[in-house]
Amino acid sequence: MTIRHHLSDQLLMAYAAGQLPEAFSLVVAAHLSLCDDCRAQADSFDAVGGAVLEEAGEIAMGEDALARTLARIEWLPRAAAPKPRRAAGIFPAPLVDYVGGDLPAVRWRRVGGGVRQAILPTDRDATARLLYIPAGTAVPDHGHRGLELTLVLQGAFADETDRFSRGDVEIADEALEHTPVALAGQDCICLAATDAPLRFRGLIPRLAQPLFRI
Amino acid sequence: MLRRKKDGLVSSEDETDWAALLLRVRDHQDRAAFAVLFRHFAPRVKAFLMKSGAGASLAEECAQDVMAVLWQKAHLFDPARASVATWVYTIARNRRINALRRARRAEPEELDWGPAPEPDQAEALETRQETERLGRALAALPTPQRTLIERAFYGELSHSEIAAETGLPLGTIKSRIRLALDKLRHRMGEGPKRT
Repeated sequence: MTIRHHLSDQLLMAYAAGQLPEAFSLVVAAHLSLCDDCRAQADSFDAVGGAVLEEAGEIAMGEDALARTLARIEWLPRAAAPKPRRAAGIFPAPLVDYVGGDLPAVRWRRVGGGVRQAILPTDRDATARLLYIPAGTAVPDHGHRGLELTLVLQGAFADETDRFSRGDVEIADEALEHTPVALAGQDCICLAATDAPLRFRGLIPRLAQPLFRI
Repeated sequence: MLRRKKDGLVSSEDETDWAALLLRVRDHQDRAAFAVLFRHFAPRVKAFLMKSGAGASLAEECAQDVMAVLWQKAHLFDPARASVATWVYTIARNRRINALRRARRAEPEELDWGPAPEPDQAEALETRQETERLGRALAALPTPQRTLIERAFYGELSHSEIAAETGLPLGTIKSRIRLALDKLRHRMGEGPKRT
């Protein structure tokens, strides 16, 4: 698998700084699970955080802080060795955590044109959802009010900008109006996150939008 | 970079080997080693959390939590992959997200090689030196740029502000992080030997 479309430095830094809405952090964590390049970059931004912490200054702890912490760790179990969070199916482990399983566990809802989606539970600053786009089907022409990240998990789609397959992330903002089309051969499954509702250009999808939270 | 006096000594490049102390916690539940780590890092975590907007008592409580997690997860620490400051930072950041935003942060899959049972001294040293170089590079940045980086990590900049901010010297940092990638590749390459 060769990943050609990566996360931006800005997104990786915001992730390392802990400033991404949960829905975006899910897409980032899923991509990092598939992409060693971005994982190494993310680790390095963590190291920047370490350097910032080291230089943050010192504020004295309470007198008994060490004693209290030592008393607490008496009772702490050792954290379990990391369970092999290695996904066996098409969903990376962080996504499995949100779905409660792999593909068969998804509770899809139809949104028209054969396209299905499933909204995942995250905080409300942004929305995460899975999209199921039958091979050869177009997702209605749409623009974006905010930021939208789309990670391909199965199959591939193409739009005016390029072609995206498993592991690739498309980063779309206000400037992009596009018509993603799932390529022939395999149904396309994506994890998408956005911090604003999508707006569709056609009238019918726009009316349907509040109903389906598309 | 500003170096502070520690234990009466002006520390320099050969400052305390935090990773060695944390390994003593990891391998021997060494409380004395933990106390040294606590005295260095807890006040920094508290300062970091207060700069992130936490009040003094919440910051105190969370700093104790962070140090307790450091003890509890010591066996997951890999000195070839991160410095202790970086490891403490990630724990503090996640605690901040839970405490201040009441949200959570999705974490990537574990790499299948995990921490090596016998840490490679050369790799651990390289990580430490790289971390020091990174610290110096940050300290050498012009003040406005350094302040932006600090504000981002204190949580003062939203993700869209980070995305829109053109003054972030990400290039400077990137030149530093190339090594981390090479190191990761190197370890992935020798992964099977470790499992």
